[in-house]
Amino acid sequence: MSTTIITSTKTTESALNRVTKISALAASMLLGVNVQSAEFEFSGRVGVEGRYFFETAQYEDQLNHGQASVFAEPEVYWGWNDGNDSVTFKPFIRADGQDSERSHGDIRELSYIHAGDDWELRAGIRKEFWGVTEFQHLVDVINQTDAVEDFDGEDKLGQQMINLSVVNDWGIVDLFLLPGFRERTFPGEDGRLRGPVRVDTDDVEYESSAEEKHLDVAARWTHTLGDFDVGTYWFHGTNRDPVLTPTFEDGEVVLKQYYNQMDQVGIDVQATIDEWLWKFETIYRGTDEEDFFATQAGFEYTYVGVFESAADLGWLVEYSWDSRGEGDFDDPGSAFQNDIFFGSRLALNDIQSSELLAGFSSDLDHNAYSFLIEASRRFGESFKGSLDVRMFQSTHDADQIYAIRDDDHVQLTWEWYY
Amino acid sequence: MTAVIKPNLQKKSGFKAILAGVTLALVSNLSFALTAEEQKGLDISKEAKLRDLGWVDSTSDMLMVLRNQQGQESIREIKMRNLEVKGDGDKSLTIFNKPRDVKGTAFLSFSHPVGADDQWLYLPSLKRVKRIASRNKSGPFMGSEFAFEDLSSFEVEKYTYKYLGDEVVHGLDSFMVEQYPVDENSGYTRRVVWIDKEEYRVQKIDFYDRKNSLLKTLTYVDYQRYLGKHWRADLMQMVNHQNGKSTELKWDNYAFKTGLEDGDFNRNSLKRVR
Repeated sequence: MSTTIITSTKTTESALNRVTKISALAASMLLGVNVQSAEFEFSGRVGVEGRYFFETAQYEDQLNHGQASVFAEPEVYWGWNDGNDSVTFKPFIRADGQDSERSHGDIRELSYIHAGDDWELRAGIRKEFWGVTEFQHLVDVINQTDAVEDFDGEDKLGQQMINLSVVNDWGIVDLFLLPGFRERTFPGEDGRLRGPVRVDTDDVEYESSAEEKHLDVAARWTHTLGDFDVGTYWFHGTNRDPVLTPTFEDGEVVLKQYYNQMDQVGIDVQATIDEWLWKFETIYRGTDEEDFFATQAGFEYTYVGVFESAADLGWLVEYSWDSRGEGDFDDPGSAFQNDIFFGSRLALNDIQSSELLAGFSSDLDHNAYSFLIEASRRFGESFKGSLDVRMFQSTHDADQIYAIRDDDHVQLTWEWYY
Repeated sequence: MTAVIKPNLQKKSGFKAILAGVTLALVSNLSFALTAEEQKGLDISKEAKLRDLGWVDSTSDMLMVLRNQQGQESIREIKMRNLEVKGDGDKSLTIFNKPRDVKGTAFLSFSHPVGADDQWLYLPSLKRVKRIASRNKSGPFMGSEFAFEDLSSFEVEKYTYKYLGDEVVHGLDSFMVEQYPVDENSGYTRRVVWIDKEEYRVQKIDFYDRKNSLLKTLTYVDYQRYLGKHWRADLMQMVNHQNGKSTELKWDNYAFKTGLEDGDFNRNSLKRVR
């Protein structure tokens, strides 16, 4: 088993190889122990996705209306010792008919977990999510964004890590060693949902002389105190958000990526009181270029059994603030410096788990709006269909939405789970 | 009242006799507020809970079969882990295996006899643990005819009671007890529960909706005894009389005192369990 893991990794970035080998080694070392209670599972999903952009391309080289792709995300799980030891392998691959940058693969997960009585060791490539809010994930910092997948920042690349988690009466403490960094992905020349200037993904610069091999560290504490779930952390290492600088290169202007070093502290709190979820996230980030605070806060109210049916109707309101303020051409500022978000979630609680989410965002400093609808339901036992509509509007040329103002689109996804 | 308590005392010895004595004392203090029927209803329910105490922890597999009016079926495959908590409600971990699109989703609940339960949901695709509002007692569980409250652990404090009489159900002489939910978020005005006199097992429950019309009937079939005293039904059949749909729960692989601990019911285990 360990040999197959190593072979398949060779096809991906070399940065991944080190940790992969460590976890594969750990797996093979433990292979001999207690194979009797071993549990092996193979599952996953494959899907097709179609996008239709209502308007023709805003920039040269971009695709005009239709974009089609197929994707697969199998998962192999192997657990033994009553599940206290396990190895998970979850690669992801997408082939896109129009945007060659979006045809890409990633190891979302390749990790070994050992669970002791009140501690866990997790080593390998993993995803770690932090935070409580819905419209922006401010405190979520461990994994790089897989931005070519979608523009909403929800998709993440696998991150190499060694994570020790210790459970105490006074909360859970997580310590992270993060050897190696993943560069953000961006849509290519042919892709929509990008700015006028293509991001150069080949020639990337770092503040640290160790470049993408810098060893990042993080420590996080989480605890439940009655109705409150709280978390706080400190992160030191490579900033996941690149500084993008227009550069003239080979007769073409491109955006060059520069990753600086940062220290970040974050706090996330959720109060769960009756039908109300009160959510608060805040960060302070310090880099050589600038220091800033940012906050995302709001609530979610759920009306259970609306209209005397089995359905739940939720209302979400969130507000974003960032001390960097609005951006202009000299200083990019922040995309969410004084923005408000409204959302409504309808869950029918039927056999097909039908759900509908509608969201609206508005910048309170200048003209920039976005609107989205996400609807999904199960078909039969193992198919799922999703329909997404996203619309953008802005006349303020320094807002990020301005760059994608002609990229209103509908997206249809059909997935088979096995 | 004495008639109900006495046979209990005869069966019990040592610690349990003391417990029953304490119960008797507590009950005597309160008895001025309760009618004879209410007292008897409470006593029967207490005895049913008391007889099942001491299971410590359990694991089991649950197959949920949902059927609509046309007889179309849909399957949910679920694993359960439960921990008995002395002096509080039980802890439970619910792990979904089917339908496949929710595989790996897990649900952690700390139930409390009085007040809201603490509940967390783990969403594997996002790797996100979400604390969720526990007011959702009346909502359907996974699109089935079972509400969340139908699957939560039975705690005496969750209801007030009234003994309605005796009836033979499944060939067993049974008590009929009416239960009124204390929680205003319950989807029911009342439940009528049939409990057999010999082993104090729930045989059948009628659920009445907020308008006090008969909504559902739950029937317990094929009781098995574990560790000499813990009775669990192999099959639970819920029929919704108003929409014609039904849901069957088939239980398998019951195990008790498996060594589960508090540490098996936290955020970390929620993210890891299969």
